[in-house]
Amino acid sequence: MTRVLDVRGLSKGFTMHHLERHMAAFQNISFTLDAGRFLLLKGQNGAGKSSLLRTLYRSYLAGSGEILFHSAHGVIDLARAADVDVTLLRQTEIGFVTQFLTARPRVSAEALVAEPLRRAGRPLDDALAEARHWLKTFGVKPDLWAAYPTTFSGGEQQKVNLARALILPQRLLLLDEPTASLDAGARAALVQRLAELKAGGTAMIGVFHHPGDVAQLIDTEIDLTPDDKLHEDQPHVAL
Amino acid sequence: MTLTLDAPQLVDTRPLLLARHVSKTYGNVQALNDVSATVYPGEVLGIVGESGSGKSTFLRCLNLEETPDSGSYTLDLPDVGGNLFDLDRYARRMLCATRIGIVYQNPHLGLLMKHSSSGNVAERLLVAGERRFHTLRDKARDALDASEFPLDRMDAPPIELSGGMQQRVQLAKAIALEPALLLLDEPTTGLDVSVQALVLDTLKRLQQERRITMVIVSHDLGVIRTLADRVMVMRGGRVVEEGLADQIFQDPQAAYTQQLVHAKL
Repeated sequence: MTRVLDVRGLSKGFTMHHLERHMAAFQNISFTLDAGRFLLLKGQNGAGKSSLLRTLYRSYLAGSGEILFHSAHGVIDLARAADVDVTLLRQTEIGFVTQFLTARPRVSAEALVAEPLRRAGRPLDDALAEARHWLKTFGVKPDLWAAYPTTFSGGEQQKVNLARALILPQRLLLLDEPTASLDAGARAALVQRLAELKAGGTAMIGVFHHPGDVAQLIDTEIDLTPDDKLHEDQPHVAL
Repeated sequence: MTLTLDAPQLVDTRPLLLARHVSKTYGNVQALNDVSATVYPGEVLGIVGESGSGKSTFLRCLNLEETPDSGSYTLDLPDVGGNLFDLDRYARRMLCATRIGIVYQNPHLGLLMKHSSSGNVAERLLVAGERRFHTLRDKARDALDASEFPLDRMDAPPIELSGGMQQRVQLAKAIALEPALLLLDEPTTGLDVSVQALVLDTLKRLQQERRITMVIVSHDLGVIRTLADRVMVMRGGRVVEEGLADQIFQDPQAAYTQQLVHAKL
């Protein structure tokens, strides 16, 4: 099996200066992940599931530990990688699907979805055609393809978001509750697309409110709820 | 409480822009205190901070309008070597006219308000040595078109145009020679919201299609969030923090950045 990720002793906390407090998000997490495997993150609210995904994506800075990502260019520690390296990997190898669409003013749904392909050098017509295919697959009505998603309903925005995030296969895909606010049809399309990507070798780490949605994809699980609910007793460490 | 970052390993290109230890005082006011910045080709660096943080002074240094008391500034371009702060006035003017574009908050700083808009753009091409009338006009038209300026108004003087249109003329002038570096000083401040969105969209499109390296200064975090890949936070002439745009907005480290981000509506 091709290794994609080695996470060793990873911890993250937040220093909230206005409260003069440090709050732990998760502590001492270690796991490995191979190509084509699906890891489910479980745990009660506030256990740090989304925080772990964001730390892997480097939207959050790690406090300690290592995130060794086996990229096409070699192994790199995402916890310490230079910003430019992270930007490059996000464009080519690491995808992140959130619950929220970052729509931009005056950019149509189809243009937004086609962007990752355009960045990868695909001609405009070709990229737009594929974008429409995925919008259709996720159940966005053709009338809306050329409209601006800022005006869409939450569910429609989420479909646009999924089409954009899953249009290009990645080496590592991070999924933060992608099924939230989706109707049954879109959920089925999502699961099918994830299965396709997984079969193609994409390694996935996901947080799902209803893990049953993706039950057939899950290979391993990590429960982030602390054993003795340590975090509930001493969630804050004085600075 | 966070790890320090390594030097780039995967990206083998050199930074386009390297500014090191730039300091500048006006009388007893320290406008810039040991400011350093690195920008890679195709990257958009956003600089945020309150009024008086030194962000615009730093941008003026990058446009060689100001000479700092100390520090160095290099651009990794063919035929451009050494510390650019050491260049004489003529060399600075040529470099800025041909390789660096700038859009000011105030169009009066960047445009001749009573000359035609096309003439304003063509002036940039003239400085670079273009003399043929038809080429000047064609290139000016192309630049205005890329900036989404309505071409039927291309001969109108900026003074007769709206603020959003004036910013487009500035942008056309700035990109007419396909600059290696585009500097933007509060490009959307003072425009109404719908026009602001249009200008932002134009900038984003230019950045995506032409991969122009940009440094954008704004106190508007929404503008920075829309455009920037990386963000540098300044206060009192110093760099408080820098990082990937989403990291600065989602996981700000410094107390000042946390205040700034949490104060956004």
